[in-house]
Amino acid sequence: MNAKENNINANIPQELFVPVQVDQSERERISRPSLTAWQDGWLRLKQNKAAVVSLFIIIVIVAMALLAPIFSPYDFAQTDYSAIYQGPSAAHLFGTDGFGRDQFTRIWYGTRISLLIGFVAACLDLFVGVTYGAVSALLGGKVDAIMQRIIEVLVGIPHLIIVILLMMVLPAGVGTIIVALAITGWVNMARLVRARILQLKGQEFVMAAQVLGTSQKNIILRHLIPNTVGVIVINAMFTIPSAIFTEAFLSFIGIGLSEPKASLGVLINNGYAVLQNSPYLLICPAIVIILIMVCFSILGDGLRDALDPRMSK
Amino acid sequence: MSEQKVLVSVQHLKKYFPVGKKQTLKAVDDVTFDIYKGETLGLVGESGCGKSTLGRTIIGLYPPTDGHVVFDGQVMDGKQSAAVHKEFTRRVQMVFQDPYASLNPRMKVMDIVAEGIDNHGLAKSRKERDQMVIDLLNTVGLQQEHANRFPHEFSGGQRQRVGIARALALNPDFIIADEPISALDVSIQAQVINLFQDLQKERGLTYLFIAHDLSMIKHISDRVGVMYLGSLVELTTSDEIFDHPLHPYTQAMFSAIPLADPELENNRKRIMLHGSIPSPVNLGPGCRFAGRCPYATDRCRTESPAFKEVAPGHFVACHQVN
Ligand SMILES: Nc1ncnc2c1ncn2[C@@H]1O[C@H](COP(=O)(O)OP(=O)(O)OP(=O)(O)O)[C@@H](O)[C@H]1O
Ligand code: SF4
Ligand SMILES: [Mg+2]
Repeated sequence: MNAKENNINANIPQELFVPVQVDQSERERISRPSLTAWQDGWLRLKQNKAAVVSLFIIIVIVAMALLAPIFSPYDFAQTDYSAIYQGPSAAHLFGTDGFGRDQFTRIWYGTRISLLIGFVAACLDLFVGVTYGAVSALLGGKVDAIMQRIIEVLVGIPHLIIVILLMMVLPAGVGTIIVALAITGWVNMARLVRARILQLKGQEFVMAAQVLGTSQKNIILRHLIPNTVGVIVINAMFTIPSAIFTEAFLSFIGIGLSEPKASLGVLINNGYAVLQNSPYLLICPAIVIILIMVCFSILGDGLRDALDPRMSK
Repeated sequence: MSEQKVLVSVQHLKKYFPVGKKQTLKAVDDVTFDIYKGETLGLVGESGCGKSTLGRTIIGLYPPTDGHVVFDGQVMDGKQSAAVHKEFTRRVQMVFQDPYASLNPRMKVMDIVAEGIDNHGLAKSRKERDQMVIDLLNTVGLQQEHANRFPHEFSGGQRQRVGIARALALNPDFIIADEPISALDVSIQAQVINLFQDLQKERGLTYLFIAHDLSMIKHISDRVGVMYLGSLVELTTSDEIFDHPLHPYTQAMFSAIPLADPELENNRKRIMLHGSIPSPVNLGPGCRFAGRCPYATDRCRTESPAFKEVAPGHFVACHQVN
């Protein structure tokens, strides 16, 4: 219309204007490689340096707990009265205790017991807690109401009182500690699993499955359980250090394992008694238990960030 | 209109939710209407008026408190045989509102779309099943390589199309779409709407289309139903409801749409509603709209208006309209 436009039209011949070819299939392409939610989670976990370091430390500690007592020249209960309260040396890396027992062997043996208690507590959490929570959420109605009241009663009684009463009735030992932990430990897991399933049940993809005629069994197996696994794994990661801590605490106040058996808690208790003269007897097991607690917590946090779908873009 | 075949007949459908002790929330209260084969019936109403609950009760996700649905001559009142129910499940499908919540994040698109095929045994072999899924993905504008991906890798519009493919897998006759585009970007809304319309043409689908975007409802619907607090207050053709709304609530709602013609737009009178939507819990007798209606009389507050046909094919529930 005005001179300028005419000018442009004159310089560029009309034929040069061709429509851009938009390939529809090209527009729909997803360039990212295909990843499962777990692979995606692993990638995100790897970016979390603290979690990776924690995972590495946990692997080392577990390996030491499994292997060190086997390869050590000493037995955890073997006494040697010619070598009591020796400081760390080449023969005894972490020194010896009041009975001349090799502290290095005892620490890894104790770690093994502590980890065993942690893992068994986590497994019981999985079986009892997950089943209880899932049944409560899936059946709903009156059953759910009754099951929740039971949980409220259990939560109302202080955990420690139940544990201490049990320890007085049952013989001291690893089995008793595990039973004591199991009686109340699963409550948290049950609550989390129930909340998660109730939340999922109202989601549109579960309704879509119902509309498509999916059986109740397949809704549970294909839709509810796979979406609850993340919550379960994360909570189990927090159960392990808390069970280890509870056991250490019980041993420390003197109602846990008894000699010559050792757990990290027993070792700390023994070390505390001779803190003035042989501080290494307290420091070494304390460092191991702190590493276990901190690393599991950081790893649990990392897993939560990596697996929680709400965090994913 | 009269010679058209009724595909879905909703009869005195009620859905009450218990809330607290001895209180009930009447989310859907005595709703009756027909949906003809091949049409799109739009359903509009304010948020919380019970549109989703109505859709979910029709498809059987919620057991009705009272009333029933007749689908293609079969009464679906909970006493129907398992075979009839299974056939209903195959022929009636739903597309959901939230494309992020309506796909299982742990399943591949292949298995999401194939879920109905598996449930109803529609494919004879694994190969046939996979081919069916790929064909469905192509139908909604996605490609074969999308089948092995997980929902979180898709955009909102792509996910919604996966949801549509999943509903189409059973080759249904009737699809309830519960605000299928309200969670999408405006730029993709038209694409998904066009897909719905193309599918209707190709497959002769019948839609119950729930929305609250009025101009979109006008574009897609043959007839429009207006809901207010659990009841249907007006139902007629799309043109009629925009040009001659009769119910005071519909009039107020449609007076709020801006007009394209500037002359008309300048003269447009907005009917302002006062008061807010009352709670659907423990409603008293009388017209539900009486508290906000400019024409309300004493009769309105005591006697609830019947949903009656005031002109051929035009249903209204109001004492002032005869
Ligand atoms: N499962 C339920 N239990 C109790 N009350 C419910 C339930 N589902 C819906 N309601 C209530 O029923 C009423 C209608 O809800 P509905 O979701 O059907 O509204 P809607 O018209 O779809 O709204 P929106 O436009 O926001 O989607 C609301 O007051 C809601 O709180
Ligand atoms: S019945 Fe009365 S209150 Fe209800 S919409 Fe009609 S005039 Fe208004
Ligand atoms: Mg809704």
